[in-house]
Amino acid sequence: MHKNIVEKIVFQFFGIVTWFVVAVVALILGYIIYRGVGIISWNFISQPPINGMMEGGILPAILGTLALILGSCLLAFPIGILSGVYMNEYAPKNIFKKFIGMMTNNLAGIPSIVFGLFGLAMFVNFFQFGVSILSGCLTLAILIVPVIIRTTEESLKLVEDTYRLSSYALGASKFETVFRVVLPMAFPNIITGLILSIGRVAGETAPIIFTAAAYYLPQLVLSLGSPVMALPYHLYVMATSGIDLDKSRELAFGTALVLMAIVLLLNFAAGGMKLYFKQNRS
Amino acid sequence: MTIKKIKEKFVESIIYSCGTFTTLAVLFIIVFLFKEGSGIFQKTALEEGYSLAVNRYNPVSKLSPEQIKSIIEGDIHNWHQLGGNYDSVYIFTLSDIESKFTQEELGAEFEHLKEKITAYVESNTGVLAFFPSKYVDASLAKIDVDKITLASILKGKDWYPTANPAPQLGALPIVLGSIMVSLGAIIIALPLGVIVAIFLAEIAGETLKNVIKTVIELLAGIPSVVYGFFGLVVLVPFVQQLFDIPVGETALSGSILLALISLPTIISLSEDAISATPQELKNASLALGANRLQTIFGVTIPFASSGIISASILGIGRAFGETMAVLMVTGNAAIMPKSLLEPVRTITATIAAELGEAPTGGIHYEALFILGTFLFVFTFAVNLIAEFFAQKR
Repeated sequence: MHKNIVEKIVFQFFGIVTWFVVAVVALILGYIIYRGVGIISWNFISQPPINGMMEGGILPAILGTLALILGSCLLAFPIGILSGVYMNEYAPKNIFKKFIGMMTNNLAGIPSIVFGLFGLAMFVNFFQFGVSILSGCLTLAILIVPVIIRTTEESLKLVEDTYRLSSYALGASKFETVFRVVLPMAFPNIITGLILSIGRVAGETAPIIFTAAAYYLPQLVLSLGSPVMALPYHLYVMATSGIDLDKSRELAFGTALVLMAIVLLLNFAAGGMKLYFKQNRS
Repeated sequence: MTIKKIKEKFVESIIYSCGTFTTLAVLFIIVFLFKEGSGIFQKTALEEGYSLAVNRYNPVSKLSPEQIKSIIEGDIHNWHQLGGNYDSVYIFTLSDIESKFTQEELGAEFEHLKEKITAYVESNTGVLAFFPSKYVDASLAKIDVDKITLASILKGKDWYPTANPAPQLGALPIVLGSIMVSLGAIIIALPLGVIVAIFLAEIAGETLKNVIKTVIELLAGIPSVVYGFFGLVVLVPFVQQLFDIPVGETALSGSILLALISLPTIISLSEDAISATPQELKNASLALGANRLQTIFGVTIPFASSGIISASILGIGRAFGETMAVLMVTGNAAIMPKSLLEPVRTITATIAAELGEAPTGGIHYEALFILGTFLFVFTFAVNLIAEFFAQKR
């Protein structure tokens, strides 16, 4: 019976370790919520920062982040979805497809700061777009394309071949099959991937520091050619380089909470949708 | 009918071209990193547009960036230390001209500066003159400074990219800093991650598993700048008090945060690998009288090992490339890392902190792109290795 006692002890230990990890997550979320919730008010969300960012709100940063999300998603969604369609529906199974799959994985694994360097070199300097929303959106779009390709591919794989064959049997072309039958069926799963990539854009800091982000820009001009404030960069600035760190860090808790709430709500939405579609299908 | 066909062909050709997007993107990233960074290998480690000149009887004609730094800092004060004559080194720069010459001697537009410098250098045997090249006469004996090479960047121990007159571009402490912080992270995260993965795949019931998986997904969703902020306000003071050290911004703080950040990757990939172990194998083990624990360690883990290795390699890659969290908690001191309880600076943090101040096209800017290229090459290799192990399964 000795070995069964060991088993019990080890399993208990594994359980404790797992709950420890869960507790750490709870600690991080709880601490940010606890310190941040008192900061958040209507004024905090609807006012620009004032008085050297020691008072006021984060409206320009919220709007800037929304602009970056909108722009990069408009660029990345069609490219990502069509690439995914190519990979799963059109590409012949040869070494070329394998190579593209490898490149997609590699692109997904490149550190975000390298995207920042690339964006600075290509969009800001070479194409002369300057530090602007446009440069930021282009950089972020390239960052999330691999995520979208992967989810699209995965979702298309889930569509059973019988549907494709039935469609062909009815005389539909390949194009009609893909766009009228396969894509609509895969769409719910694709959407969850799109939502997750929005969350990714909202939280990324390193790619926008040199391509789009402004340290402080209280007015709300949103043209493609102007730099913007963005929530993650604003949080970094408030946490590390304010005039009065004690004061700006208090506000930073509010910024962190807003940012975290946006990203986590998007994650929840994606998860909820996945569950909903799963249940509807079965 | 034909119009419809043309339309279909048109859209399909768009689909085909989208298929090459990621390959093109990777290609462009390589080209632009190289284009921006490679200029550095044409340059010497001397401030651009400046020249070093010595007296014509001085046999020294070549100096390394480290030697120039030592001269400026006073560690080298005699030419014989550099293989020259026994003569003390006298540094002569723009800041000295006002004490040496009057305004009239130099002329209103400094039009006589060049001849004054020439005369001064020719009359002092120990002088080391550092001036903008346009004020240095072609007849003077020039000092060659070593060209910057990949080896000099990788081996150099000093990172003072804005030092004047000779920028020190040794990335060794930075590369080691990155390696140290990510190794620390994986040492913490790997056992935790694998244990959680085993618990999820083999021990926990369905409901509990779903709850914990949701929590781990939350962990993956938190932006890294929020981790950095949490680290700055909670972890850094905690580490400082726990070890009673002067600053809490240490490699250890970075490792702990990076461990948290790479945990979701390690857990979900390891769990996939563990769950993929065929039930027949496990049943066979159980039928031989092994209990669940023995089956896990005797059958499941060995079967899933290449998947777990792939997961941990990807975890290292994730930690190595993470920027904001390490930038905020590791203290960013570009010194050779000695212990986990001292500040370090990583490749990513260096780029993020310095690129904004480096003038475009300058030597510092190019050096940062070279660092970016290191990062790119490293993560590229990591991905390939991880893929190799994943396919072995």
